[in-house]
Amino acid sequence: HLATSLPLPSEREHLRPRIDLVVFMIDIKTKYSLKNVETSLARVDASFFLGKVCFLVTGVGRVNACSIETNAICKLGESYCSPVLFCELELEGIRVATAQRLLRMLQICAGHIPGVSALSFVSLMRNSDYD
Amino acid sequence: MDETVAEFIRRTVLKIPRDEIKMMLQKWGFLSEVQLQTVNFHQIKDNISQEVVQLCEENSADIKQAAALDIIYNHSYQNKRMWSVYQMKKSGEELEYFDITDFKKKFKRRLQSALKNVTITFKEYEENAIWIRVAWGTPYKKPNQYKPSYVVYHSQTPYVFISASVLKSNMPLLCQALIVASNYHEIREMELRSHSLNSLKDIVFKRYSQNFPTYTTKPLQEVNVEPENADIRIVHENRSEKERIHRLNQEVFGSGPQPKLEFAQYRLETMFKSDPKLDVLDKKEPFRCLVKFSSPHLLESLKSLAPAGMADAPLSPLLTCIPHKARNYFKIREKKGLFPESFVSP
Repeated sequence: HLATSLPLPSEREHLRPRIDLVVFMIDIKTKYSLKNVETSLARVDASFFLGKVCFLVTGVGRVNACSIETNAICKLGESYCSPVLFCELELEGIRVATAQRLLRMLQICAGHIPGVSALSFVSLMRNSDYD
Repeated sequence: MDETVAEFIRRTVLKIPRDEIKMMLQKWGFLSEVQLQTVNFHQIKDNISQEVVQLCEENSADIKQAAALDIIYNHSYQNKRMWSVYQMKKSGEELEYFDITDFKKKFKRRLQSALKNVTITFKEYEENAIWIRVAWGTPYKKPNQYKPSYVVYHSQTPYVFISASVLKSNMPLLCQALIVASNYHEIREMELRSHSLNSLKDIVFKRYSQNFPTYTTKPLQEVNVEPENADIRIVHENRSEKERIHRLNQEVFGSGPQPKLEFAQYRLETMFKSDPKLDVLDKKEPFRCLVKFSSPHLLESLKSLAPAGMADAPLSPLLTCIPHKARNYFKIREKKGLFPESFVSP
């Protein structure tokens, strides 16, 4: 399900399945993108932040066009206890790899992987950040 | 052949991209096919232009022919120049038959009586377009062929498109000659400028796709914004909003291509409104500010702002009125009265 911001429009409430993973896409080329995500974060129920939220930063390939500092985004990820992924959508290889990563995360969040919960997975990812 | 004419022809040929030189010389028609066959158009441009000048020497070219070549080049590359639009007004409702010979005669006579040293060249193109090239001199100097003014006049319309040379002091004379020659009463400059001559014509002749309000009794079909081959597994949560934006955009911009403008300029002479406590210029004097929007294709980029999520729809009427009002230079002043909102001056 794609949305431009939160909250989601109420008219489609009844058609929506259970939400297992929320991916916030931040375009590193526009400050507006970060602002939009920050505003939308306030509308997310706290229970999602136990491993069911992830930040996906796009456009990192174009170094000259960066408008947002990666520090700011990493800080955002830390304060919301959620992992941050970086990718470049214009490169097919990276696009496919990122999609596979997200799919794996989704499988875990939806409970399809026995023995691994969303919370345990996210704490695993967080520990590796500090190494 | 005059040295200056030779040099002018040489420089004009050098401006033309190599692949197009032969075609343009053919359009010019001054050199015969036989002569053109003798030129090697695959060598470097310097050599091509030298050979062309040689041939022109054989045919004794004068400034008239050289100017004709210059018009042909500028007609092909009209978008390299900056064009302004002028509108002429008639005093009465007289419907006069337009006589091109009469026009040319009157125009030449008016200019030459005021300034002896001018080179005037005419060429007619499709859609009743008359191209006029004027090279300006002074009472003591011969005309400067490298800084001519160009005028495009469509005889069935009151509009003139002028690409002035840097020598702006000749504008009043040029305008005067135009109204005398075309039997108009007055001429005024519109606040409309662009590099794309065709787009300027589209705007003033109203040839771009405008959207006319249609009143239908049955509700309009839901517009399908996404392409047909979109993955059905993707659900767009904000579909109705996207459709609303698309519909509004259609209403404002129409569905066809937009005329090509490179910028819009707004000169603000409004009061700066701030918290009175801050004591920053609050309503004491106008805050002079110039806002300029630039783009390779301004109107198309404005059209894509809302669908791209960069701006809210509907866009400010100050932006969307550009083609309808046929202007891209605006002065915004404070509206005097009960409601101090800004208003656009004519």
